Amino acid sequence: MSNADLTEVEIIKANSRHLRGTIAEGLLDPLTGAIAAPDTQLSKFHGIYQQDDRDIRSERARQKLEPAFSFMIRARIPGGLVTTSQWLGLDRIATEHANQTIRLTTRQAIQYHGVVKRNLKQTIADINQATLDTIAACGDVNRNVMSPPLPALSSVHREVQHYAEALSEHLMPKSRAYHEIWLDGKKIESSKADVEPIYGDTYLPRKFKAAFVIPPQNDVDVFTQDFGLITIVKDGKVAGFNVSVGGGMGMTHGETDTFPRLGDVLGFIRPESINAVAEAVVTTQRDYGDRTNRKHARLKYTIEDRGVDWFRSEVEQRSGVRFDAAASYAFVANGDVYGWQKDDVGAWHYGLFVENGRVADVGERRLLSGLRAIAKQHNSEFRLTPNQNLIISKVAESDKAKIEALLLEYGIENSVHSSPLRLNSMACVAFPTCGLAMAESERYLPSLIDKLDASLKDNGLADEPITIRMTGCPNGCARPYVAEIGLVGKAPGRYTVFLGAGFAGERLGAPYLDNANEAEILDALNPLFASFSSGRKEGEHFGDFLLRNGLVRKVSAGRHIHDS
Amino acid sequence: MSALPAGVLPLDHEQNSKLQSAVSGLSPQQLQWVSGYAAGLAAASDQPGVSVSHGTAISAAHSLSDERLTVLYGSQTGNGEEIATALADQAVARGFSAAAVSLADFKPANLKRESLVTFVISTHGEGDPPDDAEIFHEFLLSKKAPKLDKLKYSVLALGDSSYVNFCQTGREFDLRLAELGAKRIAATVECDLDYEDSSAKWSEQVLASLPELLGTDQVSAAPVLRAVDAVSAFSKSNPFPAEILTNQKITGASSSKDVRHIELSLEGSGLSYEPGDSLAVVVNNPPQLVAELLSVLNLDGDNAVTVKDDDIKLADALSSRLEITAVSLGFLRAWAAVANDPQLSALLDGDDQERLTSFVDIYQIIDVVREYPAAVGATDFVAMLRPLTPRSYSISSSLTANPDEVHLTVAAVRYEAFGTEHWGAASTHLADRLDEGDTVSVFVERNKRFRLPADDVPVVMIGPGTGVAPFRAFIEERVERGASGNNWLFFGDRNFDSDFLYQLEWQRHLKQGNLQRLDVAFSRDQRQKIYVQDRIREQGAELHRWIVQGAAIYVCGDAKHMAGDVEEALLDVLTTHGGTDRDAAISRLKELRAAGRYQRDVY
Repeated sequence: MSNADLTEVEIIKANSRHLRGTIAEGLLDPLTGAIAAPDTQLSKFHGIYQQDDRDIRSERARQKLEPAFSFMIRARIPGGLVTTSQWLGLDRIATEHANQTIRLTTRQAIQYHGVVKRNLKQTIADINQATLDTIAACGDVNRNVMSPPLPALSSVHREVQHYAEALSEHLMPKSRAYHEIWLDGKKIESSKADVEPIYGDTYLPRKFKAAFVIPPQNDVDVFTQDFGLITIVKDGKVAGFNVSVGGGMGMTHGETDTFPRLGDVLGFIRPESINAVAEAVVTTQRDYGDRTNRKHARLKYTIEDRGVDWFRSEVEQRSGVRFDAAASYAFVANGDVYGWQKDDVGAWHYGLFVENGRVADVGERRLLSGLRAIAKQHNSEFRLTPNQNLIISKVAESDKAKIEALLLEYGIENSVHSSPLRLNSMACVAFPTCGLAMAESERYLPSLIDKLDASLKDNGLADEPITIRMTGCPNGCARPYVAEIGLVGKAPGRYTVFLGAGFAGERLGAPYLDNANEAEILDALNPLFASFSSGRKEGEHFGDFLLRNGLVRKVSAGRHIHDS
Repeated sequence: MSALPAGVLPLDHEQNSKLQSAVSGLSPQQLQWVSGYAAGLAAASDQPGVSVSHGTAISAAHSLSDERLTVLYGSQTGNGEEIATALADQAVARGFSAAAVSLADFKPANLKRESLVTFVISTHGEGDPPDDAEIFHEFLLSKKAPKLDKLKYSVLALGDSSYVNFCQTGREFDLRLAELGAKRIAATVECDLDYEDSSAKWSEQVLASLPELLGTDQVSAAPVLRAVDAVSAFSKSNPFPAEILTNQKITGASSSKDVRHIELSLEGSGLSYEPGDSLAVVVNNPPQLVAELLSVLNLDGDNAVTVKDDDIKLADALSSRLEITAVSLGFLRAWAAVANDPQLSALLDGDDQERLTSFVDIYQIIDVVREYPAAVGATDFVAMLRPLTPRSYSISSSLTANPDEVHLTVAAVRYEAFGTEHWGAASTHLADRLDEGDTVSVFVERNKRFRLPADDVPVVMIGPGTGVAPFRAFIEERVERGASGNNWLFFGDRNFDSDFLYQLEWQRHLKQGNLQRLDVAFSRDQRQKIYVQDRIREQGAELHRWIVQGAAIYVCGDAKHMAGDVEEALLDVLTTHGGTDRDAAISRLKELRAAGRYQRDVY
């Protein structure tokens, strides 16, 4: 690989003096709401994405005004665990600097949208004040580490959360750039003083996603992660983890050498080996990942190209850890659980449905205000879920009524009123802020679900949980390829429809319709719902049914998703 | 033309080559003008008190007697110059020696050497002289002014009767000249916005008196040679119907303002303009306002009325012939007479000028007739109103960069007051009532007091809000000319996100090196308001360096607050970074103004 073949982003990283670039200077330029183009690549490593309001992009050009630039800011929240006092801080920032909403992400973090450049630094400072940060929330590094939010076994859950936090810490970039730029930290004169012992000067070739999961719930979609740790519990204690590697969602329309891929299980490791194995996985990808083509740079392609056995031995060699044979486990679902759940020590947890993760006050449904009120009353924890929902955590039996009253008061108790399809839905942000969006997602899915719900009801399936996920582009932030109905935006109003994925996220869907509009989507699904209703076996899920009846093709591996 | 042989010329080699390069490439028309200009320079240098006035038409007539008519003018727009030059030309055409000279170019102390001077002088804001007459005005009213008992004079005062101190500067000139012993040859004539008839009468009166004052022995000399623009059949008396090519809102959706970028076609008009000039637009009043006025007055729009000898319907008169927005003092007096309202009379007859000023400022005609109701007939009401005059906008394009086009930057004035909607007549005419493809009647108004300097001179432009308009033209022009001088723009408005007028163009100019510096102030983006004057102070050291290096400073925009605030900031810069006291800074700024290095187009 010669330097000439490197992608532009690789050059930018190499010249960035460990993620500094000219971000600090760009913040001071009063003539534009943007930062310099190379810096927009670097700001991602600080959890900051430059975006613009695409609804008014062409109108602004006619007005001789630059695009309405603003920034999306994503916080790093391992396992989605925030204290209610942290939440109150996050809530204030949303109101003061962002667009009065908090967006729960599919990786248990939160995002702000619409933060303008002149407020950017203060926003990061305020997040810091709320004892959180945005380091490595985006960029070619390890992203927010996921961990199951709903404790069935509270001691196991606590232990796994602890490992997630330790892993997040271990894989954090060590550059002081974040503190210098955003928090007025002391400048390090020579970039030599900054060393990235794990990542090196050019970080990873592409993003890297890690998650812990505790079977039987596969809420984190462990097989979609670059690095997954499947908790094996024995006698109520964490025995260790099956390690899954090489999952990833993104692909490009029309490029069949790009594809979503589910992870391969390498084997079993003991808890004390997590960080060493993780580091070996990261450094192997650092050294062998493709830096000449960002569409071929994720770990999944490294493993696809070189083989799982090669990868396992490389990791064993680098970590000094030998994989034992994988332990057995089983998943039942990749969605969330709603309503009250009691854990093994008697504390209550309320799973609150947040449609598409958007925490906002909309009409009667005052979710932002309601959660603020609950956070003020309930001095404990919120858990952000992998499916963009929120759990009001650790509620004492005596406080349940108080929480319920607040949910009603603010019109946000709708988990019981929403259809199972909606409760199992997810959509990425897409228009108007996401620069990658080709079609609507968050703004459109709710109305499509209204129509699908009607169809399900007509077919006697009103109570049937089916997973449905939509994204505005094929990158797959909402993990649509492991939803029973996956809708991937291709053009305004047009989607590629994927069907047949497993309800527990254990199998990819197959492309069923290409470039379909709403009418075509409804026309295609309605007869399938009808067949499902009449021909299903007891307890059989929609995706499994379609496959068993040969209504959709089985995708045995990601590389076969485009086969016909 | 081939190069002239050296030796037979009264020019040395260097002068000759400069002359050659100056005239090379000129059209026959331009060459003719140059010859007249040179003759004028020679004439002027023989005359006491006249310093050379670049670009000002000076009569080439050579008189046998020493006496001549000097027409001294000062005005913020080109109107004063136009009247003065026309008068001088006519005097010359009738065989007299005459010259029109800007007060900016006239050395005040030389007034005592003049024998016959007529003044064409405008008044601005709350009774202030125009920028180019400021030094002369101060001199004339000071103790330093000499006895002028040999001087004969007359004053034509230009103004706007919606201001309380209407024609104040003209009145001051008249009184002071008389006080100093000068002899008035014709009474001061005060002109409102529709000055043409009155000024023509005054000019005729002056011309009629010349044989007696200058003697009849003056002979006709060379025909008058004037700086001639490309000949156009279209002018103020015959405006050009320009097609609207673009009417684009250029403030963002969230803006509190509606600013339009309007592009008009001049194709086929033969009209030309230079950066700094204005475009006068013949406008109609808002139809909603006409309807409302008729309804409040309980008058029938079909009533026949007479406006300047035309018999037309009242509704048409109110729509296209008469001023029905701004209140003039004349209107207020006439209305007070019919309304018979003690409050209104007290306001007019009392001596609280400040209250009267703010009343005239805040009230539109509709507000007066609503608040002080009276029964009035159509003919009587029409008689109270001033003619509707064209509105001027600083041109925001360079003709070289945009052949056959002229661009304007217009803030649509709409606001709530007295519980009802109010409109600016001209701005809403352009913004709301004209679509692309419609035509609007226009003519060019010269503003020779707002001109780019030589190409190598650095330029500092201060233009918040729509005051940025001429600077868009300046930069476009300098790019076309390949001007080497640096350019620095100060811009300000309310919000960065929505009010950064022409943001993309400035970004491009910066990137391409057409603009060296751009400092912006957005007043409402933070708790503490920040204005251009704050940026000027912040950048004081660098700004002072530019001034020392010969930069010319231009200010365009609001006269009421901005111009004064900016001037204070400039004085602070001169004081702080020039190491002088305030008085010295004031003198320095005056010198800059006299040297054409501090020019303002404020309104």
